[in-house]
Amino acid sequence: MASTAAVPFWRAAGMTYITYSNICANLVRNCLKEPFKAEALNREKVHFSLSKWAGGKPEKPTLRSDTPGV
Amino acid sequence: MLRQASRLLSRSVTAASSKSVTARAFSTELPSTVDSTFVESWKKVAPNMDPPQTPSSFMKPRPSTASSIPTKLTVNFVLPYASELSGKEVDMVIIPATTGQMGVLPGHVPTIAELKPGIMSVHEGTDIKKYFVSSGFAFLHANSVADIIAVEAVPLENIDASQVQKGLAEFTQKLASASTDLEKAEAQIGVEVHSAMNAALSG
Repeated sequence: MASTAAVPFWRAAGMTYITYSNICANLVRNCLKEPFKAEALNREKVHFSLSKWAGGKPEKPTLRSDTPGV
Repeated sequence: MLRQASRLLSRSVTAASSKSVTARAFSTELPSTVDSTFVESWKKVAPNMDPPQTPSSFMKPRPSTASSIPTKLTVNFVLPYASELSGKEVDMVIIPATTGQMGVLPGHVPTIAELKPGIMSVHEGTDIKKYFVSSGFAFLHANSVADIIAVEAVPLENIDASQVQKGLAEFTQKLASASTDLEKAEAQIGVEVHSAMNAALSG
């Protein structure tokens, strides 16, 4: 049974549902009124450091942070 | 151990073919009897080990469906950072499904609905509470429980109309000038979300 269900346009463009959902949520957050907007952006702050390992040693880490310099 | 494998495999194939005629029941009734012939053959082969568990033994039985339709719908509305409504009994919710606004009453047929950006309204007596939902899913169960999950849901008063207009203009322009498929998709998502917010604020 070939599935000919129409795929949503974002899936056809190679995007996953979770990416789509996060984009939608970000757009809504950016359109909030002032105290709520600050709270929402505060809540969604991200801070992580990622390093790939090669040959038993970590390589240079990439830092993704909304508070740089920490 | 491998000598027994072919015997066990052939036994399980014949057992499966004889059982294939009986349709597997929906998991409202779980088989309470373990397959005794299997357990006996297992104990002969490996007497010191417990027989393996099957996925159905880990499943809890589904909550039973009441024989008469309940008068109220129980809504659980959750966001990643907060539980907006938890076990609230309401008369009706209207959810923005991708197939259109869907009204959910107690006794609704079990459904899984993907939500599009839009307004979700919770009706309790004369009280109507509206939220703008960014996207998510709604699971409607047979026992009149609705689980609605969204990434972001805000009361309509918290949305800034001027920012919505600005965003709509910006993304319409991006859509016109987009080149790659991905850019087009992102711009289109922007247009959809902002138009939905616009419609929500004005409608």
